[in-house]
Amino acid sequence: MPDATQTRDSASSTGPLLDIRNLRIEATVYPPDEPPHDITIVEDVSLQLEKGKVLGLIGESGAGKSTIGLSAMAYGRGGVRITGGEVLVNGRDIRQLNPRGLRHLRGREVCYVAQSAAAAFNPAHRLMDQVVEATLKHGLASRAEAEERARELFGKLGLPDPDNIGQRYPHQVSGGQLQRVMTAMALCSEPDLIVFDEPTTALDVTTQIDVLAAIKDAIRDTGVGALYITHDLAVVAQVSDEIMVLRHGKLVEQGETRQIIEQPQEEYTRQLVSVRKIDHEEKSSGGKAILAAKSITAAYGSSTSDVLKEVSLEVRPGETLAVVGESGSGKSTLARVITGLLPPRRGSIEFDGRKLSKGLEGRSRDDLRELQMIYQMADVAMNPRHTVATIIGRPLEFYFGIRGRERDERVAELLDKIEMGEGFADRYPAELSGGQKQRVCIARALAADPKVIICDEVTSALDPLVAHGILDLLLQLQEEKQVSYLFITHDLATVKAIADSIAVMYQGRLVRYGPKSEVLSPPFDDYTQLLLSSVPEMEVGWLEKAISSRRMESAGN
Amino acid sequence: MAFLRRVPFGAAIGLVITVTMVLAAILAPWVAPYPGSQVLGGVWEPASSQYLLGTDNLGRDLLSRLIYGGRTTIFIASMATALAFILGSVLGFTAAVFGGWVDQVMSRLVDLLMSIPTLIFALVILSVLPSTIPILILVMGILDSTRVYRLSRAVAVDINVMDFVEAAKLRGEGRGWIIFREILPNALSPLVAELGLRFIFAVLFLSALSFLGLGVQPPHADWGGMVRENREGIVFGIAAALIPAGAIAALAISVNLVADWVLRRTTDLKGGRGDA
Amino acid sequence: MGGHPVIRLIAQRIALGILLLFAASLLIFLGTEILPGDVASSILGQAATPQALENLRNELGLNEPAYIRYFQWLGGVLTGDLGTALSNRMDIATSLWPRLKNTLFLATCAAIVAVPLAIILGLVAARYKNGLVDRTISGLALSATSLPEFFIGYVLMYFFAVYLGWLPSVSTVHEGMAFGDRLRAIALPATALTLVVLAHMMRMTRAAILNVMQSAYIETAELKGLSGSEIIRRHALPNAIAPIVNVVVLNLAYLVVGVVVIEVIFVYPGMGQYLVDHVARRDVPVVQAVGLIFAAVYIGLNLIADVISILANPRLRHRR
Repeated sequence: MPDATQTRDSASSTGPLLDIRNLRIEATVYPPDEPPHDITIVEDVSLQLEKGKVLGLIGESGAGKSTIGLSAMAYGRGGVRITGGEVLVNGRDIRQLNPRGLRHLRGREVCYVAQSAAAAFNPAHRLMDQVVEATLKHGLASRAEAEERARELFGKLGLPDPDNIGQRYPHQVSGGQLQRVMTAMALCSEPDLIVFDEPTTALDVTTQIDVLAAIKDAIRDTGVGALYITHDLAVVAQVSDEIMVLRHGKLVEQGETRQIIEQPQEEYTRQLVSVRKIDHEEKSSGGKAILAAKSITAAYGSSTSDVLKEVSLEVRPGETLAVVGESGSGKSTLARVITGLLPPRRGSIEFDGRKLSKGLEGRSRDDLRELQMIYQMADVAMNPRHTVATIIGRPLEFYFGIRGRERDERVAELLDKIEMGEGFADRYPAELSGGQKQRVCIARALAADPKVIICDEVTSALDPLVAHGILDLLLQLQEEKQVSYLFITHDLATVKAIADSIAVMYQGRLVRYGPKSEVLSPPFDDYTQLLLSSVPEMEVGWLEKAISSRRMESAGN
Repeated sequence: MAFLRRVPFGAAIGLVITVTMVLAAILAPWVAPYPGSQVLGGVWEPASSQYLLGTDNLGRDLLSRLIYGGRTTIFIASMATALAFILGSVLGFTAAVFGGWVDQVMSRLVDLLMSIPTLIFALVILSVLPSTIPILILVMGILDSTRVYRLSRAVAVDINVMDFVEAAKLRGEGRGWIIFREILPNALSPLVAELGLRFIFAVLFLSALSFLGLGVQPPHADWGGMVRENREGIVFGIAAALIPAGAIAALAISVNLVADWVLRRTTDLKGGRGDA
Repeated sequence: MGGHPVIRLIAQRIALGILLLFAASLLIFLGTEILPGDVASSILGQAATPQALENLRNELGLNEPAYIRYFQWLGGVLTGDLGTALSNRMDIATSLWPRLKNTLFLATCAAIVAVPLAIILGLVAARYKNGLVDRTISGLALSATSLPEFFIGYVLMYFFAVYLGWLPSVSTVHEGMAFGDRLRAIALPATALTLVVLAHMMRMTRAAILNVMQSAYIETAELKGLSGSEIIRRHALPNAIAPIVNVVVLNLAYLVVGVVVIEVIFVYPGMGQYLVDHVARRDVPVVQAVGLIFAAVYIGLNLIADVISILANPRLRHRR
C-alpha cells in the first residue's frame, strides 16, 4: 500500500494525468495476393487530460479512436504498434517502460472498459473474483477490503442485489448489468484513468441511458479521469468535459463539449452535429392500404411462446411506416412474416387488395417482385462471388427477362439513380465501401420495380454520415417512384427523419400506432414515454433532465 | 506467370514433386526403364547404373516397379477421392438445402458409419469381399465420403443461412440457382483444400491395406504392396522397402503442402490486419 | 425430467453411445453379410461337394434367417461368448483375451509418452506463435501427419534394430515375461505409435490453446497488468483444459486404430495382428468379434471426450 501511493503522488505532482504528444500508430496488413505492408492508423495526434476530467473521443469506424484509447495503456491490438510520439501518464513516458513497468501501469493507474463485456469476462470465474483481481494483483488492498469496495461499487452502479451479484458467473447476468460490472471492475483498483471503449454501444436504448447515468455518477464520485470513446456524438456530449473529433486517424477538431455541440468550427463536425436533422414533412394520402397485416400471431418452430401477438398494421402507397422497438420486440419477425419466410400461426397479409399466401412457396412471381427487402448487413446480403452488374441485373433477368445490352443499360441507369457511376458494374462487393454496398442493395430492390420495400435496420450498421446519405436517397427515390417503405429500426432519430406513420412494438405487441405527429405527441403510454425519453439528444445536460423527469414519473405513479 | 512467383517455397516444392509423380505415373510405359513385373537380375541387388534403385525381392527393377506401382496407387486413390467427393458433396449440399428429415436421416447414418474406425470397417468388409480394384475404390470412396459429407454440409449450412441466399429465395429463385449460383461458388475454396487432404488419406489408406495384404493383390503391386514384398529385407539391412514407403511419404507431404497453402489463401481472402 | 441439467445431458450422451454401439454391431454384422457366397463355401473352397456344404451350413446355423443369427450373435457377445473361430475351431474369447491385454499394454505405453510430449510441444508452439520454434514444430508436425505408419515403423527398425542393433526388430512377448524385458520388446512399436499420434495431438493442442488465447477475456487480463504466466495459469488454462483433454481422448481413439498396422510391422501378438490374419483367412466370426471390440473402444473414447466437454462448460455447470 504505502509503495503504491508514494509512486502515484510523486508522479502526479506535475503536469496533466495523461499527455499524448504527436502520437503515431502503425499496423502491418496482410492483404491477399499482395506482400504485407505497413499502414498508418493514427498520425500526429496530441491530447491532454487533467485529473478527474472526461475527454470524449469521437469518430466514425476507422478513425483510430480505440487505438488511441489503448495507447494510454501502451497496448496495441493485433499487430498494432505505437511508432512515434510520447505517451505520458502521470508524467512519465510509458513507451519507455519495460514489461514489468507496464504491468504496474495496467490495472492500477489505467483501467479499461470494453465494448462487449460479455466477451471480456472469463466464463470460468465468478464475477467477484474477476472484479477484485487487479486490486489484489497490485497489492492495493486485502481481499476483504477489495470485495467490500466492489459491493459498494455494484450498489453505486445500480446493480440489483449488490451483495450477492458477485457470486454469479458472467453468463448468469444480462448484457447491461455486465457492462456495469465491468465499470465496477475498472473502478475497483482506484485508478487515475479509465478508458471507456464504446461501453453502451451494444445496449438497447432504454438500457443505455441507465448505464450511461451510472457511469457518469461513478466518474464524478470517484474523481477518476476518463477517455470516453464512442461514435455517437449525442452520447459523448452527456458525459465529457471536452470532445475530440477524429477522422482517418487525424485530429479534426477539439474543444469544450458545449462549443463542439453548439458552435462547431470544422465542416466535418458540423455535419456530425446536424446529421440527425433531416426535414421530412409527414404525408398523409389517406388512400387505400397497399400492404396490410391483419392480427398476425407468429412463433418460431414448435415453440409455445409467440414472438408476435395480434399485430395489425397498414402501409399506404408512397408512404413510410416505421416499425420501432428494441431487441426482442418482434419487429424483425414481423418482416419475416410479411415476406413469407415465417408463415404466421394466425392472421393474414393483404397486398394490393389480394390476400397473400402465408408461406413463400405459395406466392406468385409478381407477389415476390412487388414486395422487396433490404437488409441490415449489406455485405452479407450480396453474394461475394457476384459482380455488382450480376447483383443488380439478376432481378431484371428473372422478373422481366431483360438480357444482354438492354440489361446493361438498365443496370447503368440504376447505378446512376443510387449516385454511383457505371465503373462500379464490374466490381465485387468486397471492393465497395459500407455505404456503397447498401446503395447496391437498394438498386437491387429497385430493379424489381416494387410497390413496397421492407427496410430492415438498413442504416444501423453504418456510420452516421453515411446513414444520413442513405436515408436521403431513400426519401428521394420515394418521391420519384411513389414506392412505400416498411422501415424497421431501433433508432428513434431515424424514425423521426423518415416516417409518415409509426408503429411502436414491445415484447411482440403493438403498443402505439398512428400517424407520426400523433404517435410523437403526448399523452404517451408508459413504454413509448420510456423509449422517447431514452434517446440521447444532442444537447448538453440532456441526461440529467431525462433521468430526473423519469424519477418524477415513477414518483408520480 | 505472376501467380507462380507468389507461391511460397514449401508449396512450390510440393507442387513440383506432385506434378512429377503424377506425370511419371501417366507416362509409365515411356519413362520406366524396364517392364514392371519382369525378373531381370539377382534378388535385392544394390543400386547400380543398370538398376538405378537396385532390384527387389524377386530381382525386378525397383525403379520401374516404383513407377508402375505409383500408377496403381495414384489411380485408385484418385478414383476413390473422386467418388468420395461426388457422393459426399452432393449428399451434403442436399442435406443442407433440404434440411428437415432428409438432413436428419442422412446425418445420423453418417454418424453411424463414422462410429466405426475406417480401417477396421474396411477390414470387416474385405474379409468377405475379394480385393479387386473396383471393390477397393468403392469401399474407400464410400467410407471416405462421410468426411466430405460432413464438411460440405457444414459449409453449405453456413452459407444457406446468409442473407444473400435468403434474398435469392425471396426473389423466387429455384433450388438449382441457389445450389449452383449462390452456394457452390462460395463453398468451392474450402472443398478444394479438402480435396487434397482426402487424396492423401486415400493414398495412405490404400497403402495400409496393401501393406496388410488386403489391398491390391499380387502380381500387381502398388507402393504399399511393394513395402510388403520387400519388408523381409529390412532385417538383413536391405532398405528396398523404405523406397516405396518414402515415395508414399513424399507424395503425401507434397500434396499436404499444396493443400495447406490453398487453405491459407482462402482464409486470407478476408484480408486482415495483424498476425496472419 | 428433474436433476441437474448436466447430469441429464451426460445420461443422454451415454444412452446415445450405447445406442450407437448397438447400431455399430448391426453394421458390422451386415458388413459381413454382403458377400456373394457364404462362409461355408469360403471355408471349404471351390471344390466342395454340395452335400459337404449343406452339412457345414447346418452346423454353423447358416440356414437360419440373418436377423435370427444376428440376435444369437449379439446375445452371445453380451454374455461373453464371442463364438468359435472357423479356421482353427478355437474359442475366440480365449484366444482374444491375452492379445487384448498385449494391445492395451502397447497403446498405454505409447500414450504415456505421447500425451505429455504432445501437450508440452503444443504449449511451446502456442507460446512462441509464428516464431522459429513454432514454425519448426508445426512444419515437422504437418509432414509427420502425412507419413504412413509403416514408413515410420521400418525406418525405426532399420536404424535402431538393424543398423545400431540396440533393440529387437521383432517384438516377441509371452506370458510370464519380466516387465523390463517386455518394455524392451515393445520399445520400437511404442515409439512408432507415439510418433504416429504425436503430430495430430500436438497440432490440435496448439489450435485449442490459440483459440482460447484469442478471446477478449485474455486481453482483459493483460490490461489488468497480469504477467504472462498468470494469464495462462488463471485465465487461459481453466478454459483450455477441456478442449485439450478432448483432443487427447480423440487421439487415443486414433491411436487404438494405428495399433493395427504397427503390430503387423513388428509382428507383435496383439488384436491388430489377430484381426489382419483372420481377415486374410476370411474367418468371419473372429473379424466380427475383433471389429466390435475396436468399435466399442473407439465409441467409448469418443463418448468420454463428449462427457468431458459437457463437464468443463461453465455455462452448463452453473445454470442461470
